[in-house]
Amino acid sequence: MRRWSVQKHYYLMLLPGMVWLVMFSIVPMFGIVMAFENYNPGQGIFHSEWVGWDNFKYMFQLNDSKTVLINTVIIAVGKIVFHLVVPLVFAILLNELTNLRFKRLVQTVVYLPHFLSWVIMATIVIGIFGYYGVANTVVQMFGGQPKLFMADAGLFRQLVIGTDVWKEFGYNAIIYLAALTGVNLNLYEAAAIDGANRWQLIRHITLPSLATTVVLLGVLSLGNVLNAGFDQVYNLYNPLVYSTGDILDTWVYRLGLQNLQFSLATAAGLFKSVISFVLIVISYRLAYRYADYTVF
Amino acid sequence: MTLVRTKTLGSRTFDIANVILLGLLLVSCLYPLWYTFCVSISNKSAANAGLVTIYPIGFSLTSYKEIINDKLFFNSFWISIQRTVLGTAISMLITVMMAYPLAKSKREFTLRNTFMWILVFCMLFNGGLIPWYLTVQQYHLINSIWALVLGGGVPIFNVILVMNFFRNLPKDLHEAGIVDGAGPWSILFRIYVPCSIPVLAAVALFVSVYHWNEFFNGLVLMNTSDKYPLQTYIQQLVVNIPVGTNLTPEQYKKLSELSNRTLNAAKVFIAMVPMLVVYPFLQKYFVTGIMLGAVKE
Repeated sequence: MRRWSVQKHYYLMLLPGMVWLVMFSIVPMFGIVMAFENYNPGQGIFHSEWVGWDNFKYMFQLNDSKTVLINTVIIAVGKIVFHLVVPLVFAILLNELTNLRFKRLVQTVVYLPHFLSWVIMATIVIGIFGYYGVANTVVQMFGGQPKLFMADAGLFRQLVIGTDVWKEFGYNAIIYLAALTGVNLNLYEAAAIDGANRWQLIRHITLPSLATTVVLLGVLSLGNVLNAGFDQVYNLYNPLVYSTGDILDTWVYRLGLQNLQFSLATAAGLFKSVISFVLIVISYRLAYRYADYTVF
Repeated sequence: MTLVRTKTLGSRTFDIANVILLGLLLVSCLYPLWYTFCVSISNKSAANAGLVTIYPIGFSLTSYKEIINDKLFFNSFWISIQRTVLGTAISMLITVMMAYPLAKSKREFTLRNTFMWILVFCMLFNGGLIPWYLTVQQYHLINSIWALVLGGGVPIFNVILVMNFFRNLPKDLHEAGIVDGAGPWSILFRIYVPCSIPVLAAVALFVSVYHWNEFFNGLVLMNTSDKYPLQTYIQQLVVNIPVGTNLTPEQYKKLSELSNRTLNAAKVFIAMVPMLVVYPFLQKYFVTGIMLGAVKE
């Protein structure tokens, strides 16, 4: 049994990680039954009253759930689209720079916001768009009236999408920039000799060489359709913008951990988990079929 | 690009516009940091009135002096350091230990695919916030630093990254190890790990940034503010609006006037410093890390 004498070490190596996985990922999955119960902490998971799909039915009757779903999808899809396009444009513009030192400087700086947490970024965003912030100072300079930007429900989604794109565009461009380093420079030479202008070079060489990457990233982001970004929204929102800014994750948090409606919150969370799971599986399949991409 | 280009007028205009545009983007990414710094060293009343825009007004170090006496702040800072060090060390150890057997083929490790499917399933599906919270509570980890260290779960994506890297290492390494009489543990820690330092550095970077920046576990799993990690502490400084209140815009404005802007800015700035200090060193690694996740054979 030489096989076993080696393989037992493999099991030993996996053991600590598997214990961790069971404790913090697999055991919580059993808590999902709460979504089908009228969970009562005193009675516990095993003895609470079974109510079947009632929590889900009740959830979808609430006006909040519709608002929250709509907000989530709008914010998430907005982010997906702009996270694809803005870094793409940025990468192309960066690629057009002739001064390499400036190029490196820009690259270094724009990655930085990615590494700062939303807690920190939110204090800064509120500092700038708050009533006494820079934005209002500028507005007043041009003779306008100061506004409560952070309390304006009509602006909140744009603010969330905009600040997220600003925080991540540099970082998201890394993949595009890497794809661009693989482009054969002779192609540009040849096209330039044939009389192609700057725009034509971008249009016919740079863009096509990024097309696969764009499609792949687009497909893979399908799983994020219900991910509007808890950390960001939680740190930026307030009750005045719930109508446009409250998302599934923040709703689940308030429902469950602040109002202690465990069953309802579990049901809402499960709804998100299941849909996201299905979307991710579909996106991986598509990515595999059309771009030969595998995760493992 | 080192190309011979015909410098037409349009092309040159584009170059200039491009430099200006990218310059503005560069400034936009630096400005928030600069702004926070300026507010933190400005005069309190000037900052509260929103007069600080591009340079500090009425230089004052009062806020930094106040922080020196703020025990809670340093306490949180220390908790974050402990958490980041412990969390990164444990994650990395477990990541390489899981990645090695999973990098074996099914022939070499019979249950390889079974474990792989379990991991991938756990990466893509979770029980949601409430079951997770109640589970951690059942383990009596509320208020314990271990909830912060382990609460985020196994970094499965990192395991997969490292596994993919191990799989692409030349098979000869493994053979040579066996010939020299090394067992699986020595092959992993004395051959594979030293051969993967750049990748492991990138992964360690991601894990430590996660632990330094994470605030939510601190918020829900710690009940008292003396147990908060730094980010949670800072998060609590931002206007806390009681839930369920019928807030009017007027009240919101009043509430935001209450916050001490210079002091908060100083705390935020100090919280950013560790990241700014290590950032130049990290740079060379994170690009490797992203590309690992992005391109594969």
